[in-house]
Amino acid sequence: MEILTQIFSLETLSSTLRMATPLAIAAIGGLYSERSGIINIALEGLMLAGAFIAVVVSYFTGSPWLGLLGALVFGGLFAMIHAVVSIKYHADQVVSGVAINMLAAGGTVFMLNIIFNTSGTSESVNALPYWGPFKPTVYIGLLVVFIAHYVLFKTPFGLRVRSVGEHPHAADSVGIDVEKIRYICVGISGILAGLAGAHLSLGVLDSFREGMTAGRGFIALAAMIFGKWTPFGALGASLLFGFSQAVQIRLQGLGIPTEFVQMIPYIFTIIALAGVIGKSTPPTAIGEPFEKGKR
Amino acid sequence: MGVDKIDIKELAIELLIPLLAIIFSFIIGAIIVYTFGYDPIETYAALLQGAFGNLNRFADTLLAATPLIFTGLAVAFAFRCGLFNIGGEGQLLVGGLAAAWVGTFDGLSVVVHVPLAVLAAAIAGAIWIAIPAVLKAFLGVHEVITTIMMNYIAYAMVAYLSLKVLANPGEIKTPPIEASAYLWRFSNILDIRSYMNLGFILALLVLLFIYYLLWKTTIGYEIRAVGINPDAAEYGGISAPKNIILAMLISGALAGLGGAERTLGLYHYYIQGFSPGYGFTGIAVALLGRNHPFGILLAGILFGALSNGRTFMNMAAGVPIDLVNIIQAIIIFFVAADLIFRQFIPNKSEGGVA
Amino acid sequence: MEPILEMKAITKRFPGVLANDNVNLDLYQGEIHALIGENGAGKSTLMSVLFGMYTPEEGEIFYKGQKLDIDGPQDAIELGIGMVHQHFMLVPTLTVAENIILGSEPKRGLKIDIEKAIAKVNELANKFGLQVDATAKVKDIPVGMQQRVEILKALYRGAEVLILDEPTAVLTPQEVEGLYQIMESLTEQGKSIIFITHKLKEVLRISDRITVLRKGKGIGTVTTSETNQKELARMMVGREVLLEVEKEEADFGEVLVEVSNLSAFNDRGMEALNSVSFQIRAGEILGIAGVEGNGQTELVEVLTGLREATAGEYNLHGDSLYNHSARKIKEAKVAHIPEDRHKHGLVLDYTVEDNLVLGYHYREPFAKGINLNFNNLAEHANRLIPEYDIRPQNKEALARSLSGGNQQKIIVAREFDLGPEFLIASQPTRGVDVGAIEFIHRRILEQRDEGKAVLLVSAELPEVISLSDRIAVMYEGEIVDIVDAAEATEEKLGILMAGGSLEGGIANGS
Repeated sequence: MEILTQIFSLETLSSTLRMATPLAIAAIGGLYSERSGIINIALEGLMLAGAFIAVVVSYFTGSPWLGLLGALVFGGLFAMIHAVVSIKYHADQVVSGVAINMLAAGGTVFMLNIIFNTSGTSESVNALPYWGPFKPTVYIGLLVVFIAHYVLFKTPFGLRVRSVGEHPHAADSVGIDVEKIRYICVGISGILAGLAGAHLSLGVLDSFREGMTAGRGFIALAAMIFGKWTPFGALGASLLFGFSQAVQIRLQGLGIPTEFVQMIPYIFTIIALAGVIGKSTPPTAIGEPFEKGKR
Repeated sequence: MGVDKIDIKELAIELLIPLLAIIFSFIIGAIIVYTFGYDPIETYAALLQGAFGNLNRFADTLLAATPLIFTGLAVAFAFRCGLFNIGGEGQLLVGGLAAAWVGTFDGLSVVVHVPLAVLAAAIAGAIWIAIPAVLKAFLGVHEVITTIMMNYIAYAMVAYLSLKVLANPGEIKTPPIEASAYLWRFSNILDIRSYMNLGFILALLVLLFIYYLLWKTTIGYEIRAVGINPDAAEYGGISAPKNIILAMLISGALAGLGGAERTLGLYHYYIQGFSPGYGFTGIAVALLGRNHPFGILLAGILFGALSNGRTFMNMAAGVPIDLVNIIQAIIIFFVAADLIFRQFIPNKSEGGVA
Repeated sequence: MEPILEMKAITKRFPGVLANDNVNLDLYQGEIHALIGENGAGKSTLMSVLFGMYTPEEGEIFYKGQKLDIDGPQDAIELGIGMVHQHFMLVPTLTVAENIILGSEPKRGLKIDIEKAIAKVNELANKFGLQVDATAKVKDIPVGMQQRVEILKALYRGAEVLILDEPTAVLTPQEVEGLYQIMESLTEQGKSIIFITHKLKEVLRISDRITVLRKGKGIGTVTTSETNQKELARMMVGREVLLEVEKEEADFGEVLVEVSNLSAFNDRGMEALNSVSFQIRAGEILGIAGVEGNGQTELVEVLTGLREATAGEYNLHGDSLYNHSARKIKEAKVAHIPEDRHKHGLVLDYTVEDNLVLGYHYREPFAKGINLNFNNLAEHANRLIPEYDIRPQNKEALARSLSGGNQQKIIVAREFDLGPEFLIASQPTRGVDVGAIEFIHRRILEQRDEGKAVLLVSAELPEVISLSDRIAVMYEGEIVDIVDAAEATEEKLGILMAGGSLEGGIANGS
C-alpha cells in the first residue's frame, strides 16, 4: 500500500509531467512532419541540437529566453537540411534522419570543444525560471498539444497537411503546393524538437551534456506512433512513458530492474504497430518522395 | 540499341557518386576546420597519417573497419531484399554479449570454442531481428520503426544482463573470456601492437560468402527478386514472406558477428557502451558501398580509417575528434541525396515504364 | 455559335514519342464531346495539355474566345476547367465534404466552416442529381459514389468544362447508366463535357460529337447521329477490323482442366468470383470475355495460385490444384502469361537471361542445390532469344530496356518453353505492337494444336472470338454463358457481357 501511495504521490505526478514534456513536444513535432508524409526519425538529433544551441545562446547573452528562442530558430533551420534532402532531392527519409542524428551528435561535441573547451559538460548557464511549480516549457508543451489538435483537425492548413500525407497527388490536383506544405511541416517539427531540447538543457538542467537527449527523440517517436499519429494520443502516450520514467527508481525498490521499465515505451510501440491493441497505421504516403505526374 | 553502353555508363555513375560524395564532404569538412582557425591541409594530413602512417596504424584501421564491414553488410543484405535494417546497433550489442557469455565457458578447445562463440553471436543477432522480421513478413509492419525500437530494448537488455547478471558486482564489464575463445591476433606474427585479429579475415570471408549467396545462388536470386518486385516474385512462385524473414535473419546475424569480433577479438570481455554506434555507421558504409559487398569493403576501410586516424589528427592538428563524425554524416547526406549529382549527369533515354 | 473551348494544332512530344501531332478539338457549350482512340492514341496527353499538366511544343488553346496560357492544374481549375481522373484523386481517410472543399475551404475565423461546406455540397448534389453522403469517409463509400464526389469537386470549383477520363471503366452497368443521367443533367444546365473512352457503344449512346485520335493524330470529328460503330472503328484502328487468324480445325482430346463452383474474394474482401465452373479439353482454347473487373483477374489469380479461393474445385488431369501455392501449380505444368507484365511477369531490373527462368530458376538444369548454373542459364537464353525473336539479342540487357512487345516475348518464351499442359494467357497482346501480336497469337495456337488446354482472357473481343474454340462470358463474378466461338459475334457477346441473356435480351435494361 505504501509503495502505491509513493508511486502516485504528488511528487511522481509532477515529475511525470516534467518527463513527459519533452516527449510530448517532440512527438507533436514528429506528428506534423509525418502527417505531411515525411518520416522524421531525426527528432533525436534535432532535440540535441536545440538543447545545445539553447545553452550556447544563454551563455553568450545571459538570457535563457533568448536561448529558448535560439533553440526554436536553429531547430527549424537544422530540420531544413532534412527537408531539402528529402523533399527536393528525394533522398531516403530514414537515411537522411540517421545522418541528421549523426551530424547532431558529432556537431554538438565538436562545438562543445570549440566553445567550452570540453567534451563532457558545458559550463552552467542561466536556466529558465520557475513559473509556479513548473518551468515555462511545461506549460508551453501542453499548449503545443492543444494547438496542434486545432491546427491539424480544424483549419484549412491542417486539412491540407493531412491530404498531402495521405494522397499527395490528390492534393496536387486541386492546386495544393505539396512541397511547400512538407517544408513547413518539417520546419515546424524542427522548431518543436528544438523546444523540447531547450526544455532539457535550460528547463530540467542548466547546462549541455554530451548525448543528453539519451534516446528521448526516439521515445517521442514511439509516443507519436503509440498515440496513433494524433496530438492527444501522443500526449497520452508521452504521459504514460513519462510516468514510467518517473517511477523507475521506486519500482526498483520493488525488485523490478530499471532496465525493464526503460523498455516499456518501445515494447508498447511494437505491440501497437502489430495491432494487438487497436492497429496503429501511419499516413499512407509516408516516406515516398512526391513526383509530379507520377502515381 | 547500345544497351551495353548504357550499362557501362550506369556503372560509372555508381562509382562516381560515392567518390563525389566523399570529395564534397571532405571539402565541407575543410571549410568547417578553416572556419574555426585550424589548417585543413594539416588536419587531413594528420588524419591520413594517423590512419595509414605505419603498419601498426594500418592494422588499427583494419581493426576499426571490421565491425563496420559486418554492420554494413547487414544493412546492405536487408536492402537487397527491399528492407531497411536500422537495428544493426542492437543486433551487434546482443551478438557481442552472447559471444562474451559463451566465451566464458571453460574446458573447450579453440577449434570448438571460437566457432561456438561466433555462432552464438550470429544467432543472438538473428533473434534480435526476428520480431521485426515476422511482423514485416506477415503484417506488413514497417521494419524501420520496429528495428529502432528493438535497438532501445537491446540497450536496456544488455545493460541489465551485462551489469546485473554476468558482471561481478561493481564491475562495468563481464568476466574475461577464456583464452580458448580468443580470436587470434596478428600481433602474434607481425611486429605490431594493434589488436587486429582474425575477425577481419572472418569479415572478408563473410563478405565473399554474401557475394556468392546474393548473385550465385537461387537464394540470392529469390531475395533480390523480392527486393525489386515482390509481386513478380510471388508470380514466380517465390514466397515474399519467407524471403523477407530469411533476409532479415541473415542481416541480424551479420550484425551480431560484428559484436563477436569486438568481444572475442578486441576486448576479451563485454563492456557496457563499447559501441560508438557501429550499427548506424553501418548504414553509411552500406550506402557508400552501393550495397555491394566489395563496395562495402572499401567504404568500411574508409570509415575505419576516419575513426582510427582522428586521435592522431586531434593530437597533431588540435582539431576535435568529432570532426570525423560530422564528415561521416555529410557523406551520408550526399550519397542519400544522389540527385544532387545526378542532375548534372545528362539523362539517359527515358525508361520504358510510365 | 462560338465554341466555348478550342484546341488548335496541339503538338506534344516526349523523348522518342510524338504523343500529340497537330491535334484539333473544339467544344460547344452544353455539348458532350467524346474523345476516342485506342490505348496510347494520345487522348490522355491531349487532356493533360488542356488541364495544364503538360506544356505543348506547339499549338494554341482558346477558351471563351481568349487565348489561354495554362500553367498547371490550378490555372485550369480557376478558369473553370475540371477534370475527373481515371484514378480518383480522393483522399480515402477524409470525408466526402472535406475532399470536395480541399484547397478552397470555406472559413469562419481560422477554422474550416464545415457546416457551410456540407450545405454547399448538398446544394450542388441536389442541383445536378449527384447523390452523395457528405459526412462519410471516402474509403467507406462505393466506387460509383466516389466518382460523383470527383464530379462535385470540379463543380464546387466552378467548372464549366468537365473532362471525364475513362469514367465508365470502374463502374457497373447500372452505375454507368446513372452516370449518363448525370452527364445529361449537367449539360442541360449549361456545362460542357469532354468524355474520354475507347468504348464505341458508350460513345454512340451518350455523345453529341466524336473526335477520334489514332497514334497521336487527330483523324477527324464526326457528329454522333451521322455515324456508326463500323465507321468509328475504322477511324480508330485505321483498317477494317477483320482480325483473321488462320486456325486449323480443332482436335479435342480428353478434359484436362476442370473447374467447378470456384469462388473468391477480391482485395477489398468482396465476392469477386461466384461459383464459376468450366472445363477445358486438350487442344482447346477457352476464351473469357467480359467487361474488365467482372472477376477475370481474380479467376486467373486463383488458377495460378496467387489468390486463395473460398470454395470450389480445380483439377488438372484429375489432380487437385485447389489452393495450391504458385510454385506447386507451376510444377504441375501450368503456364501463365500475366495481365500486367510490369507488375507480375518480369523483374524489370533483372536481365533477360534471369527473367527467362523466373519461377523455374530453382530447378534443374538452371540450378543444382542452391547454386545457379550459369552455363545452363546462358544456354537457355541463347536458345530462346532467337527462337522467340526477342530484340535486342542481348541476354545481358535489363528487361526494363526492352520494348513492351519484346518484354512480352520474354514471358511467352519462358512460359511456353517448358512444355505446359495448361496455358493461362491473360491480356497477352495488351500494349504490344502489331508484329508481336501476330507472333503471340501464332504461338498460342501452336500450343493448342499440340494438345494443350488454353484459357485466354482478353478485353479485346476480336481476339477472343478469333482465337477461341469456346467463349465463356463473365459478368459480376459469374460465367453467364459459354458459347461456341464459331457462332459468337461481338453483338451476342456484348449482350452477355452486359448481364443479359441470349434469349431474353438485357435483363436490367435502360
